[in-house]
Amino acid sequence: MSDLKISHLYKNFSGMDRPVVNNVNLNIKAGELVALLGPSGCGKTTILKMITGLFQPDSGDIILDNTSLLPIVTEKRDVVMVFQNYLLFPYMNVNENVGFALKMKGINKDKIDEKVKDMLELVKLPDIGGRKPKQLSGGQQQRVALARALISKPKLLLLDEPLSNLDAHLRDEMRELIITIQQKLKVTTIFVTHDQEEAVLLADKIALIFDGKLQSYAPPKEYYECPINERAARFFGGVNFLKSTINNLNIETEIGLIIYNQKNKNDLLDNHLLAIRPENIKISKDNIFQKNCFSGIITSIIFSGTNTRYKIKIKDTILECSVQSLGIKGISENDKVFIYLPEDKLWGMNE
Amino acid sequence: MNTNLKKINIYAIYLGAFILILPLIAFFINAFSFRWFYPQLVPKELSLQAWVRLKLIPKIDNRSFDNFLELWLSNPTIIKALLNSLTIGLIVTIASIIIALPAARVLGLLNFRFKKIIIFIMISPTILPPIAFVLGLNINFISLGLSGSFFGVCLVHLVPIMPYVVLTMTGIFANYNPDFEHQARTLGANKFKTFYLITLPAIAPGMVVAALFAFLVSWSQYLLTFLIGAGKIMTLPLLVFSTASSGNPALTAALSIVFIFPTILILFFASKFVTGDSSAKYGLGKL
Repeated sequence: MSDLKISHLYKNFSGMDRPVVNNVNLNIKAGELVALLGPSGCGKTTILKMITGLFQPDSGDIILDNTSLLPIVTEKRDVVMVFQNYLLFPYMNVNENVGFALKMKGINKDKIDEKVKDMLELVKLPDIGGRKPKQLSGGQQQRVALARALISKPKLLLLDEPLSNLDAHLRDEMRELIITIQQKLKVTTIFVTHDQEEAVLLADKIALIFDGKLQSYAPPKEYYECPINERAARFFGGVNFLKSTINNLNIETEIGLIIYNQKNKNDLLDNHLLAIRPENIKISKDNIFQKNCFSGIITSIIFSGTNTRYKIKIKDTILECSVQSLGIKGISENDKVFIYLPEDKLWGMNE
Repeated sequence: MNTNLKKINIYAIYLGAFILILPLIAFFINAFSFRWFYPQLVPKELSLQAWVRLKLIPKIDNRSFDNFLELWLSNPTIIKALLNSLTIGLIVTIASIIIALPAARVLGLLNFRFKKIIIFIMISPTILPPIAFVLGLNINFISLGLSGSFFGVCLVHLVPIMPYVVLTMTGIFANYNPDFEHQARTLGANKFKTFYLITLPAIAPGMVVAALFAFLVSWSQYLLTFLIGAGKIMTLPLLVFSTASSGNPALTAALSIVFIFPTILILFFASKFVTGDSSAKYGLGKL
């Protein structure tokens, strides 16, 4: 149970045209499961390596439980990292791998054996202690790596792309396991991922990073309800954008006047974007809506099992809407439909 | 590959091995013969005389264990040369590995400007004939007072050895993932323990191959020892050459067997590392 505070972290590698990590600030509360999310090459792993001490930051500080980690050498930080490719030591069997951290602490062998057994049971692999890492499947290796990391009860657990090397069905299983273990041991955990879905499913809070800069740090829901900028919204996918200008109380967009009642209206600049998620747009064959109602032509219908997606052309803009399951009966391509943009589901952001 | 081609390949290997072994057979016959002259197909008389003259075996009438020991401890030239060759070989092997370790790590793991040129300079002693550089080197060694010293000979042996050792070990590191060390560090291992428990087991097979190269190159070094040692440091190759020029085939053959025997022994024990799937073998392809 440890608080982690990262302040003004900055790292530049020679030969790069921009800093890899640029003024990142994060406050992670004890016991939280936080995702560092961003496209590859955005500096996520570099942040992890700076927390472990494998890289030194150029400036800034990393504070764990009110003490700066920077002057402490890697092995004394009580911060364990699980690498993307697990890195089980090939010359040791599973028991020796899992017990490694305790052996380094000089704990006697009987006690190590006992703890190793407990840890392997926790990751649901009780009978493989004698095997060599080569003889394990990818999923098993991942679990052993997790057990090895957690055995010494670290203050902070860092996971680098924990699910990216696994098959789809193993991923779900592993995700459950990580959440269960994290809640059981209440260890503060940071994991790195480029997959927004993974981040949303696993994390309590997501730190979105683009080009070494922290874009926002918020619970997953907020990224869906009110993403802070266009790039963040596009990264999470499936959002319609409307270019717009402010016109008194209403907002002028490409498709017409829109009534908008979100709180951030005063912060918006003259040129900005309105965003709405496809599932929040209502469609009807008849004009049954009162306001924010527009008519358009359906250009395509795609059925994807859990929902049906419509592309609707209004003036020169194409909006995507999605309706649950089979969609609306009696609508086909090239039909004229009416859509309604609920004013409380619209979100404005500066370009 | 079809089966016929496979068979031909196997025969070619046998033929190669036979050509290599043939002179050894001649050595053995020669070393245990007495006055074996041209028209005779086989020696008329077998004898251990050559070995007696080398002072490796006592004279016929008193071959007890104590006599053997006494003879060897009386420090004949051959024992001196053998010990010199062995100690120079061991010192040079260990020194070359220690020097090559950091160099190979950098060359194998990092990419930087002029890397190719540095590698070329590093392997240049294998391209240059030794006589071309040792004469110049000799002048420097004399002015430094290293000529004729044991230390000087060790030092000059490193010149032809380093390329082999650095290249072999670079091969290991080209296949090596330094994240294993990072992982060990985050799990609480200090730098020393990380090297001992993680790095060393990973590079050990390749290191054995490199050490083998180093020892064998040093063991068979004639010219460099001769010039820098200034005749004061007697090693086995020097002894073999001087004996061969004296024109006694039996003596030369016996000495050659003494010279070859340790290398065969080493190769036999280390064959596992040389032929096995050691990282040294594969890594070179990555350079």
